[in-house]
Amino acid sequence: MFNFVAMQVENDVKQMEEQFQAKIDADIRIEPRDWMPEKYRKTLIRQMSQHAHSEVVGMLPEANWITRAPSLRRKVALLAKVQDEAGHGLYLYSACETLGADREETIDDLHSGKAKYSSIFNYPTITWADIGAIGWLVDGAAIVNQVALQKTSYGPYARAMVKICKEESFHQRQGYEIITVLANGTPAQKAMAQDALNRWWWPSLMMFGPTDADSPNTQQSMAWRIKRHTNDELRQMFIDATVKQAEVAGLTIPDKDLKWNEERGHYDFGEIDWEEFYNVIKGNGPCNKQRIEARRKAKEEGMWVREAAMAYAEKQKSKVKAA
Amino acid sequence: MNKELYEYVLRMGDDSLILGQRLGEWCGHGPILEEDIALTNVALDILGQARILMDYAGKLTNKKEDEVAFLREEWDYKNVLLVEQPNGDFAKTILRQFFFDAFRLPFFKELQNSKDETLSGLALKAVKETTYHLQHSSNWVIRLGDGTDESHQRLKTALEELWMFTGELFYADEVDTKLVNEGIAVDLNKIKPIWDAKVSEVFAQAKLQIPEESWMQKGGRKGKHTEHLGFLLSEMQYMQRAYPGCEW
Repeated sequence: MFNFVAMQVENDVKQMEEQFQAKIDADIRIEPRDWMPEKYRKTLIRQMSQHAHSEVVGMLPEANWITRAPSLRRKVALLAKVQDEAGHGLYLYSACETLGADREETIDDLHSGKAKYSSIFNYPTITWADIGAIGWLVDGAAIVNQVALQKTSYGPYARAMVKICKEESFHQRQGYEIITVLANGTPAQKAMAQDALNRWWWPSLMMFGPTDADSPNTQQSMAWRIKRHTNDELRQMFIDATVKQAEVAGLTIPDKDLKWNEERGHYDFGEIDWEEFYNVIKGNGPCNKQRIEARRKAKEEGMWVREAAMAYAEKQKSKVKAA
Repeated sequence: MNKELYEYVLRMGDDSLILGQRLGEWCGHGPILEEDIALTNVALDILGQARILMDYAGKLTNKKEDEVAFLREEWDYKNVLLVEQPNGDFAKTILRQFFFDAFRLPFFKELQNSKDETLSGLALKAVKETTYHLQHSSNWVIRLGDGTDESHQRLKTALEELWMFTGELFYADEVDTKLVNEGIAVDLNKIKPIWDAKVSEVFAQAKLQIPEESWMQKGGRKGKHTEHLGFLLSEMQYMQRAYPGCEW
């Protein structure tokens, strides 16, 4: 009898998994209340929370230049941009909650080092040109990723991406504009722009993750259509789009092996320093500790504020009840 | 050039510029993501006001907006000392904001009647923005004052630090007198009772005592500042000073 029930459950799950995959294959979006395999849920929570953390940690290197922005127009634009990132973070944390992931716990995972975020934000913003380079290259790379994610199989994530992509492409244009103004400016300004490109180019290529051969999650994520393109495909799209932009700005991409390949119809490019990539992920980047510390500090120092707000709300509630 | 008008525009513009700069320091470090966004909203509105006023001061003196905003000496900044005070904790930032908003809302309401079209136009837009700012800062003062023991204590400490800088909001001299007579400036005597009433109302809900009449600091309107402004300016002016005459 017992065995029979277990077999029945197993059959049911198998059937549901088949139905689930059929929906995916037919490009029908999965919604929060739909049945989904546990691993699909976990993979999505991992990916979306990483994305949310990246938005929020990503505020820090850019916020670093708000008080020093070189003009009022740039100061206002930068503030608005960093605020957009906060909005994206909020939006994505909410999308995670549709899968049952508690926001507080998700954030605690970031602070404890359990959850990851985009490694690129562990590099420092040293000059004003870095603000341009982040917009141009980092947001540029993010867009390549996120445009593909607009068609991801999970509904709330796909819809979040539509909104986020619109803002990111505005940021990317803004960043590129900062860079071109510098590139066409005084020799010191041009040097600043080239220096920023030299430092941000390779980390930007690393944003797409390890090569397909070394990306263990890619295959399943592709089958579930969480991912629509492999890391290497996306990286190539980014490079192909960006080389021309650097030429127009009169800047040199720091890769002596970068060359148009007629046969492939793509640019060939040099070897990425994967040792650096894995080290930065492990916590050995120049700013890993500083970034997490800043987020932890904001949370700790905000604790009494959140407690006060809650205590006040409770008092109001009991007043209403008493009345 | 109307020397008094220039002075008046600078005073108003520097209040916005310096407070906007201070609020920008919070970005990325707010106590909760929602509040990070809200404080940045306030900063964006206030810096928007600063841009209009810097641009106007520039037009009166044949200078560009950024030249006025970034390339003056410390004694030429005319903001009240209140807005240059460091952010401190969230209680201090919010209380500073509340004192300022409670002044700015009735001020802008009056300024809508200014005979100067740039100023009345600015005021029209700023009234809407400042209504929201005051609501936001008042709500927080009440929440913190009537929240936990810790939040109440922190707010009290902030009050002890900031109260002596509130009197200067109503400082008026010959600049005001001349421009009030010309129908351009706001008569600050009309604003003071409105500010007093708002502070009493919010403090009552926040369970805070208004401090006994005490000595008030002043000097900002004449370019005499606290030690804090120099550091704020060295950050804010850094790029313009290091790379003179560039486009950005």
